[in-house]
Amino acid sequence: MHANKSYQVLHPARNEFFSGIKAELPLMIGVIPFGMIYGILAISVGVPANAAQAMSVIIFAGSSQFVSAQLFGLSVPAIINLFTVGVINLRHALYSASIAPYLQKLPTRWKWVLAYLLTDEAYAVSIIHYQQEGDDRIKHWFFLGSGLTLWMTWQLSTAAGIFLGSSVPASWSLDFTLALTFIALVVPAIKDRASLGAALSAGLVAVALFNLPLKLGLLAASLIGILVGLLLEGKS
Amino acid sequence: MIIWLTIIAAGILTYAIRLSFILLYGQIRMPSQIERALRFVPPAVLTAIFIPELILNDGNPFLSFGNARLLAGMLAIVVAWRTKNVIYTIVIGMLALWILQFLFS
Repeated sequence: MHANKSYQVLHPARNEFFSGIKAELPLMIGVIPFGMIYGILAISVGVPANAAQAMSVIIFAGSSQFVSAQLFGLSVPAIINLFTVGVINLRHALYSASIAPYLQKLPTRWKWVLAYLLTDEAYAVSIIHYQQEGDDRIKHWFFLGSGLTLWMTWQLSTAAGIFLGSSVPASWSLDFTLALTFIALVVPAIKDRASLGAALSAGLVAVALFNLPLKLGLLAASLIGILVGLLLEGKS
Repeated sequence: MIIWLTIIAAGILTYAIRLSFILLYGQIRMPSQIERALRFVPPAVLTAIFIPELILNDGNPFLSFGNARLLAGMLAIVVAWRTKNVIYTIVIGMLALWILQFLFS
């Protein structure tokens, strides 16, 4: 590693950008298989290759693309497909609210770009970075670096999955990398009783309500988890 | 044609959700209760996504030592807790799943 102090002083923004890329890269070993599985799935249910890739660019939200592709395969009415995507992606409103205070001084064009890049993985590393010490005026470069890394990886891996089609066997269980990625993000971030309570209660409710339609159980579980976190925090 | 319209509408909808609070912040005053709640968003949401992946099999609870995903996931939780390292967590979790699936098959 070439550590050059004057470089860091002269180019703090560029430094932030590369730190964002570096923080995001380890997550890619979970994202690449997930993107490939999405591509494989979309082709196998009959979504045209160009439309499957367009979903990665236009929607750019993995789990909703999974479900939406399956609904295309089932020829479900478009309005139901759309509603389902909205419900699954509603958690991004929480991310948006959570990261908004740190972005408020940015020019509007930055807000438009960063909002497009606001995914689970980019949010997770960026919010941790925002909560740490450092120069808040340049941390959006970190967010940009992590977001673009995820974007590139997602596009390339879904393209690879579309190309491979059905030649990867399901017995590889590559879908499990999604759960492992989230474990790697959540567990180190649990630092007190309140956040542990939020995670555990959300997990339990998600299991109990899993069979509700449209992933509504996920939404209910998230809200209950947040509520439990607040209650535990209030007590201590 | 309908598939393209649906994709574009879904993209606009998802983008609007992501942009919502980023654009509106400062114009509407956020209650302090909500600001406190935001800290719990990542643990609650992400755990609600991954726990069912470990415990459920086709939507039904599968709590047993024969559940390879549950065992591999629990090992990954320990690895994530001890090492705080993303790569170790994913690689060890995946290897554990493959070994367990091989043993149980």
